[in-house]
Amino acid sequence: MELCDLTIHELREKLETNEVTAEEVLDSFLRRIEAVEEKVRAYVTITADEARERVSGELKGSLAGIPLAVKDNISTEGIRTTSSSKMLENYIPPYNATVVEKLDEAGAVILGKTNMDEFAMGGTTGFSAFHETRNPWNLEHVPGGSSGGSAAAVAAGEAAAALGSDTGGSIRQPAAFCGLVGLKPTYGTVSRYGLLAYAGSLDQIGPITRDIEDAALLLNVISGHDSRDSSSVRQEQTDYTAFLQEDLSGMRIALPKEYYELDYNPEVKESVLAAVKKMEAEGAIVEEVSLPSIEYSVAIYYILATGEASSSLARYDGVRYGYRSKEAANVTEMFKNTRSEAFGEEVKRRILFGTHVLSAGSYEEYYVKAQKIRTLLIKEFEEIFKNYDLIVTPTTPETAFKAGSITAPLESYKMDAFTVPVNLAGIPAITLPCGFSSANLPIGIQLMGPRFGEGKIIQAAYSLEKLLQLENKRPELEVR
Amino acid sequence: MSREYETIIGLEVHAQLATETKIFCNCSTEFGAEPNQHTCPVCLGLPGTLPVLNKKVVDYAIMAGLALNCTINGYNKFDRKNYFYPDLPKAYQISQNDFPICEDGYIEIDTEEGTKRIGITRIHMEEDAGKLVHEGSIDQATASLVDYNRTGIPLIEIVSAPDIRTPAEARAYLTQLKQILEYLGVSDCNMEEGSLRCDANVSIRPVGQKEFGTKTELKNMNSFRAVERALEYEVERQKKVLAEGGEIIQETRTWDDSLNKTISMRGKEEAADYRYFPDPDLPPLVVDREWVERINASLPELPREKRERFVREYALPEYDAGVLTDTRELADYFEACVAEYSDAKAVSNWIMGDFLRLLKEENLEIAEVKMTPAHLAGMLKLMDEGVISSKIAKTVFEEMFKTGKEPEQIVEEKGLKQISDAGELEEIVLKVIEANPSVVEDIKSGKDKAIGFLVGQVMKETRGKANPGMVNQIIREKIESL
Repeated sequence: MELCDLTIHELREKLETNEVTAEEVLDSFLRRIEAVEEKVRAYVTITADEARERVSGELKGSLAGIPLAVKDNISTEGIRTTSSSKMLENYIPPYNATVVEKLDEAGAVILGKTNMDEFAMGGTTGFSAFHETRNPWNLEHVPGGSSGGSAAAVAAGEAAAALGSDTGGSIRQPAAFCGLVGLKPTYGTVSRYGLLAYAGSLDQIGPITRDIEDAALLLNVISGHDSRDSSSVRQEQTDYTAFLQEDLSGMRIALPKEYYELDYNPEVKESVLAAVKKMEAEGAIVEEVSLPSIEYSVAIYYILATGEASSSLARYDGVRYGYRSKEAANVTEMFKNTRSEAFGEEVKRRILFGTHVLSAGSYEEYYVKAQKIRTLLIKEFEEIFKNYDLIVTPTTPETAFKAGSITAPLESYKMDAFTVPVNLAGIPAITLPCGFSSANLPIGIQLMGPRFGEGKIIQAAYSLEKLLQLENKRPELEVR
Repeated sequence: MSREYETIIGLEVHAQLATETKIFCNCSTEFGAEPNQHTCPVCLGLPGTLPVLNKKVVDYAIMAGLALNCTINGYNKFDRKNYFYPDLPKAYQISQNDFPICEDGYIEIDTEEGTKRIGITRIHMEEDAGKLVHEGSIDQATASLVDYNRTGIPLIEIVSAPDIRTPAEARAYLTQLKQILEYLGVSDCNMEEGSLRCDANVSIRPVGQKEFGTKTELKNMNSFRAVERALEYEVERQKKVLAEGGEIIQETRTWDDSLNKTISMRGKEEAADYRYFPDPDLPPLVVDREWVERINASLPELPREKRERFVREYALPEYDAGVLTDTRELADYFEACVAEYSDAKAVSNWIMGDFLRLLKEENLEIAEVKMTPAHLAGMLKLMDEGVISSKIAKTVFEEMFKTGKEPEQIVEEKGLKQISDAGELEEIVLKVIEANPSVVEDIKSGKDKAIGFLVGQVMKETRGKANPGMVNQIIREKIESL
């Protein structure tokens, strides 16, 4: 293994004992990028020069000298932030997102901005306006999305870890597809200030890492109250690494039957159930439960998320920054042409859908009803967490599929069924690899906890990781 | 055959709140800065930025609500009002749709028939938009510029019930509302700077009919007078349309001040669907009873209460009380004077007269006036003591107003002390009698009023310093003894 294949905590150890220098670490990552990026295409912008400049100075903090990647919908001062959209192809923000400030203070080295589905809308990274990203485990396959660039970069050794954003599964699904750990924190745990909104009531930034310990380390850095985000929760700073304990005894695990009754890839279902068996053998108590409103989650997710998106993305009008159409006789035409020319297919589809559900005559029927079901769903989750520590499900119904194999929007929306309820309920969930398919593609298992139950899910995931011993598996990429 | 119609008016007033900073960011709200100087990533709506509510805005909105006799709602939420316009950086305005902070209040106005209550349907908080600047005329301009300084300045929108029946009542409502907001200090209410804006809904119906007629909405009225004139025009226009057998169309009309008429802007079909929905970036705001109580305890005395108290406490005529309570600053100045000099009517006369005249002439705010209430009281005492005459007092007053000097100092420096020395005055009186024999004859023959002329002559000789009472008496004595 090269330096760029190590975890954050392994690199930290080598750096702290002066076994390696930050320059050597960075060089290893840059060499890997040089070697594989042409095939993986994880990045929109690579900031090698800024990274070299940064490691030439003294770095302090819990992530000192650790090369990381940041999803391209997180605002970086002086570095273009595109959300993989033609609309923002040349947009250079004048300010840093709170999480970027925190990474900076912790001494992290940012390698670049990662590719994504345009404005985080999609599950393949194929909706990037610039290029597709491919799965390092099989370059014919998608890395998942929308944080596909972040996941692919970490899987390929192009970053030690990465930040993603998760509105309906955009951290967990690509992490699962790429054999990684992905954590969607409780809504309000990580500041959204500087995250280009898709749907503000669902969006949350989180880490994509190679193991659970790294996820805890990164969450320590990025979490905490932020006065610039009104949805940020006031709570004491938690040390999530304190939960890195191998102990499953007495842990109460709920398996929602709605997840297991569905018809999907049997390899996935078997792998997840096998992992659950192992947890049970270690003293966990496993029981079946029911979450009846889950049935509606994909439908209400697409109503609520697109409704919000239709408004959040309205600011891209060509007036102040970003793309502006050259073909316009007046301001209304300028708005129309700018948006018609610079938004991609999927973004337009969701804006139109969202505009419709908020319109007079539809609002009550769709949006208000969806809000009510969301409240119902939240209550169902709360009920379950009165009696259980965790809910365990597969992260995705399928493993990473071939690029271009799913084209119908409704088909692809169904792929979100296992992840969206977590965002709707505002609870935390983590995915970690629990096995591999016969085609040698990673399978992810999802652990959900109650609000602010990150500690519990980190403990359970850490214990499971030690039982499965999959965290050191790396894809074999042909290196140039 | 002409019918009798009743006019129905409802007003929507937008008042900018006088907070130091904007509603969702820390930018200054100061008026008149260089374009786009008071902006930041948040009020420019840059990608990824989020709003954080300025609590002072809520304080002010509650204050306005309490002063306007509203119920303050405990559960508040903010909604997005979506529309595209270059002066709106996020392409939505953060406002309150179905849960406004205040509801169900009223304002009392004075009409010819007595006091009348105008209902306040609701008050909600929202952010202001920016301003477009066109190079040259709007039709010819090749470019439009946008100034976002105003973007995010806090507003409250105060919506009246359709209780107003005449354009004059509309004006009285606005005057009273402005006075209350100014008293509270929650808004500058400066119509020229746009910190107070008013739209009007107006319809007419045959007297006795219960249903409202079709209304039109009037915009672009830049003064209270314009509101009154626009309403007068619109009522006549609607009557004419009906008289000619036509129908009123529900539409928005703009007031053209130079043409003195309203012009159709857009019809009902073109009205926007704002697609209101709760803003996910702002959690619901809970206003608890303690919050309301705290604001209630800080409420100042309001204009009508003050006016009534002035009549009661200082035995002033209604008219005086009205003038003196026009602004809180003037009322405070008056009361500070009365605290030093107890003849309230005398103080009132000076303030309503010379004080307000000089204020206007010098174009000053009360806060800028150099003369202190103690100075005015001091001058009134000098009059009582006979040190200066009322005529001289006018000179002293003007000097105090302009220089801020003590009245005693002015009297001293300018040698304005009243001449009350009988010997000195006798000498002057004799001289005047000698020089005006025919006037003296008139007086002797019973034209008593002619004495005034002789008094005037003495005052002229003494440059107004003679004690007029004494002069009068000495003249009578001298003429009788002739």
